[in-house]
Amino acid sequence: MKIGIPKEIHTDECRVAMTPDTATQLQKLGYTLSIEAGAGEKAHFSDEAYREVGVEVVDDTKQLWAESDLIMKVRAPEAHSGLGVHEAELLTEGGKLISFIWPAQNADLLDRLKARKATIMAMDSVPRISRAQKADALSSMANIAGYRAVVEAASQFGRFFTGQITAAGKVPPAKFMVIGAGVAGLAAVGAAGSMGAIVRAFDTRPEVKEQVESMGAEFLELDYEEEEDGAGEGGYAKVMSKAFIEAEMKLFGEQAMEVDIIITTALIPGKPAPELITSGMVESMRDGSVIVDLAAEQGGNCALTEPGKIVVKHGVTIVGLTDLPSRLPTQSSQLYGTNLRHLMTDLTPEKDGEMNVNMDDEIIRGVTVVKDGEITWPPPPPKISAAPAQKQATVAPPVVQEEEKEPSAASGFIGLGIASVLLLAVGSVAPAAFLAHFTVFVLACFIGYMVVWNVTPALHTPLMSVTNAISGIIVIGALLQVSGASMLVTILAAIGILIATINIAGGFLVTQRMLKMFQK
Amino acid sequence: MTEGMITTAYIIASVLFIQALGGLSHQESARKGNVYGMLGMLIAILATVLGAEVTGYVTIIVCMVVGGGIGAYLARKVEMTGMPELVAMLHSFVGMAAVLVGYASYLDPDAHFASNVDKVIHEIEIYLGVLIGAITFTGSVVAYGKLKGSITSKPLMLPGRHMLNLGLGLICIWLGYLFAGAEGSALIPLIIMTFIAFAFGVHMVMAIGGADMPVVVSMLNSYSGWAAAATGFMLGNDLLIVTGALVGSSGAILSYIMCKAMNRKFISVIAGGFGTDSGTDAPVGDVDQGEVVPVLADETAEMLQNSKEVVIVPGYGMAVAQAQHPVFEMTKKLRAQGVNVRFAIHPVAGRLPGHMNVLLAEAKVPYDIVLEMDEINDDLPSTDVVLVIGANDIVNPDAQDNPNSPIAGMPVLEVWKATHTIVMKRGMATGYAGVQNPLFFKENNRMLFGDAKKTIEDILHALH
Repeated sequence: MKIGIPKEIHTDECRVAMTPDTATQLQKLGYTLSIEAGAGEKAHFSDEAYREVGVEVVDDTKQLWAESDLIMKVRAPEAHSGLGVHEAELLTEGGKLISFIWPAQNADLLDRLKARKATIMAMDSVPRISRAQKADALSSMANIAGYRAVVEAASQFGRFFTGQITAAGKVPPAKFMVIGAGVAGLAAVGAAGSMGAIVRAFDTRPEVKEQVESMGAEFLELDYEEEEDGAGEGGYAKVMSKAFIEAEMKLFGEQAMEVDIIITTALIPGKPAPELITSGMVESMRDGSVIVDLAAEQGGNCALTEPGKIVVKHGVTIVGLTDLPSRLPTQSSQLYGTNLRHLMTDLTPEKDGEMNVNMDDEIIRGVTVVKDGEITWPPPPPKISAAPAQKQATVAPPVVQEEEKEPSAASGFIGLGIASVLLLAVGSVAPAAFLAHFTVFVLACFIGYMVVWNVTPALHTPLMSVTNAISGIIVIGALLQVSGASMLVTILAAIGILIATINIAGGFLVTQRMLKMFQK
Repeated sequence: MTEGMITTAYIIASVLFIQALGGLSHQESARKGNVYGMLGMLIAILATVLGAEVTGYVTIIVCMVVGGGIGAYLARKVEMTGMPELVAMLHSFVGMAAVLVGYASYLDPDAHFASNVDKVIHEIEIYLGVLIGAITFTGSVVAYGKLKGSITSKPLMLPGRHMLNLGLGLICIWLGYLFAGAEGSALIPLIIMTFIAFAFGVHMVMAIGGADMPVVVSMLNSYSGWAAAATGFMLGNDLLIVTGALVGSSGAILSYIMCKAMNRKFISVIAGGFGTDSGTDAPVGDVDQGEVVPVLADETAEMLQNSKEVVIVPGYGMAVAQAQHPVFEMTKKLRAQGVNVRFAIHPVAGRLPGHMNVLLAEAKVPYDIVLEMDEINDDLPSTDVVLVIGANDIVNPDAQDNPNSPIAGMPVLEVWKATHTIVMKRGMATGYAGVQNPLFFKENNRMLFGDAKKTIEDILHALH
C-alpha cells in the first residue's frame, strides 16, 4: 500500500506529517512512501533527507494525491488556493486519509469526504484511554503548545522570569498563573518553573492538584463550600455551576492584580472557550504584563483576545496565536509523525503494508469518522479503562466466591453457639482430668494468638524457626517413654528423642544465627 | 525431683516459651527471646529427665548428643537462601516424632485406666496425635522437595482430588471408630490409618503450587504444634499441651497473614491447584499488551545515579541468584552518592514468611531501610526509580485493575506509580501465579534481562 504525504497548504503551517525518522518505521510496517517536494522544508527536513531513507519525492501535488492509497496530513483538508480545488476533491474515490478533522466543527467537510466514499481517520478523535496515549496527537501537540506559550510570554515580557540578586540590583521573580492544568497547562507550568518563575495553577478538576504540585507549582483553591468535581467524560473538564464560576472569577480577579503573566488553557470539548479573564481584569494588571491565550482558536479565555494576533490592550500584551505547535515545527512534526506511526502500527497488525480498519478495536473505532463513505462519528462513549475485560471471559473465576468474604456478626455468634454446644457435649462425658488439660489447651491457644499478632513481619522467618524448635518439646513425650519395660517402646522412644533433638538444636541455633544478622 | 517440682519447672518453661514468642515482636528483643526459648527447653528437658519415671539415661544421652550434633551441624551449614528447605525438613522431624511417641504410648504395657471412658479418650488422643504427626511428616518432606527443586513446584492435579481427599478423611474417621472402640489390640486400624495419613500429607502438599509455599510452610508449622499438643493430651502432660498450642496457633496466624497478603482463602490454598486453571489461557495472546523496552546494565546504573529516591523490590529471583550481597554493595555505593535507596518487602515475597528480610539481613542491610508494603506504598509515586529484582506477581497492576485476573484483589506494591521502573528478570516467563504482568509493558518500565547476580555486578561495575 502506498502512503502519500502532501505539503501543508494552511497559511503559516510549518509541520509535516512524516519525518525521515518515522518514515523508516512506517517502511518496516510494509508501506511504500512518497512525499510532495518541499513538504518537510519548513520543519527543516530536506527532500534529500527523505530520499536517503527511500521515500519517493513527487513534485506534482495532483499526482501525489492520485497515486496514494492513504494520505497522511496535519491540517484538515481545505481549499487549495494554488490549484483552485478543494483537497477533498483531490482524494481518490474510496481513498483513505488521516489528519486532524475536527468533525464537530466541520460538518461540511465531513459531507464532502463522505461524497468521496472515503475512509477518514481524525487524529483529534483518538479516545482518551491509556492504551491510546501513544497515538494521542492532541496531547503531544498540547504539550508543545504549553511549552511554546511560555517561550512566547518570555519574548513579550520585559523582565527575567527568575529572581536574582546582582551587583546591579535585585530582580524579583516573575509570577505566573496558569489556568487549566491539562497537558498544555502542565507543560506550561513545567517550562515556566524551570525558567525560575513562581507558578500558580488553577483547574476545576480537584484531582489534578497533585499533578500540579508534582511540577513544583502552587495549586490555587477556591473559597467555595459545595463540593463539585469538574471532571467530565473522558478526563476533560465540563461546564461548572453558576456559584462555582462566581467564586472562580473572584479568584482570577485577585490573582490578575498580583501576577505578571497569565496563561489560559481552559477548553471544554465541543463548546466555545469559557471567558475567564474579563477586560476589567486585564485593565487591573500591571503594565507590561503578558497574557497567552491557548484557547484563542475556540474564541479565547480572555475577553480581549484576537485570535491569530498579538495585541496590546491597556498596556498588557495579549498573545492570541493559534499556531503554537507549528512554531516548533521540527519537534511537533516528529511527535505528530510518531503518533501517526503508532496508529498505523495498530492498523497494520500483520505488518504486511495492508491497512486493517478493525472497527472492533476501540482506538480504531474512535478515530474513524468516515468509513467507506458512511459517517461513523461520533463513536460510542469510551469504556472505563479495564477495556479488555470481555475478551477474558474464558478465564476461570477466582477459586472461592467473594460472597463469604466478610462473615456477619450473626454468623459469628452462630459459630460461637455451635462451638459452645459441642464443648458442653464433650464436658458431659469427659472425665475431670481431661477437662483440666483441655482448659490449659484453650487458654494456651489464646495466649499464642495474642502474642504472635505482635510479631513484626520482618521476623516471620525467625518466628517460624523458633516455634519449630519449641515444637521439639515433643521430646518430653519420648523421654517419658524411653524407660519403659517394653523393648519396642524403648526403641521407638529413642528414635523419637533423636529426631526431636535434631529439631531442637537445629531450630534454636539457626534462629540464633539469623537474629545475629539483623542489625540497625 | 518430686512431682510438684516437675510441675513447677514445667510452668517456668511455659512462661519462658511465651516470652520467647513475645520477644520476637521487636528486632531489639528478638535475640533475648530466642535465649528464653533455649532456657525453657533446657529446664523442661532437665526436669523430665530427673523425674522418677525416667531411668534409661544411657539411651537418652546417646540419642541427645547425636541428635544435637546433627542439628547443630545443619544449622551451621545451611545457606540463608536454603532456609525454607531447612525449616520444612525440621517440621518433618516433629511430625515423625509425634507418630513414634503415639505408637510407643499405645504399645506401652504399663498403661492403666480408671474407666472405659478414660481409655477411649486416651485412644482418641493417640489416634489424633499419630494422624496429625503423619500428615505433618510426609507433607513436610514433600514441601522440602518442592522448595529444594527436586520435586516439581507445579501443583499436581489428580482427577477428582477433592473427592479423594474427602474419601480418605471418611476412611480415617471410620478407622478411628474401629480403633477407639476395640476391645483388645487394634494395631491394624492404627497402622492402616498411618499409611493413609502419609499418603494424604503427600497428596495435600503436591497439589499446592510453588507460590503458595509460604502458606504451606507456616501451615505445617502449625500442624507440628497441634501434633505436640495431641501428644500432650495423650500423656497428660500440660507442658506439651501449652507449647503445642502456642506453636499451633502461631503457625495458624502466620498462615492467615500469608493468605491475606495474597488475598486467598485458606481453604482454596489447601485445596490447591492455584495457577493452573488460569495459567493455560491467561498469559499472552488475548490482549495486545504492547512492547517491552529492554535496557542495559550501564544505562540502569546511570538512571540510578541520577535519581534521588530509589526503591528496590526483591523477590524470589534474588534469592535464587544469591544476589543479596552485590545488591547491598550497590545500595551502599548509591547511598554514599546521596541517593536515598530503600527496600520494599511484600509479605509473600519469596518462599517463606519474611524470607527477604532474612536474606537482606544476611547481607547486612540495616533493617531501618527495609520497609513493609504498607509503609512504602505511599512513597512510591514520589520515587524516581523502582528496581524490581526477580519479583513478578507482587508488583502486578492487574491485581488492582483487572477484576478477572486470578490475582485480582491481592495487595501489591504499586511500583508502576513511580517515575520509572526497571524489572530485572531472566526472561519473559510468567510468575508462579502463571499470569502475565502488564507492568512489563507500561511506558515507564524498562526490562533488564539476565541473571540477577551477574546483572547487579555489572551495574555495580558501571557505577562510579
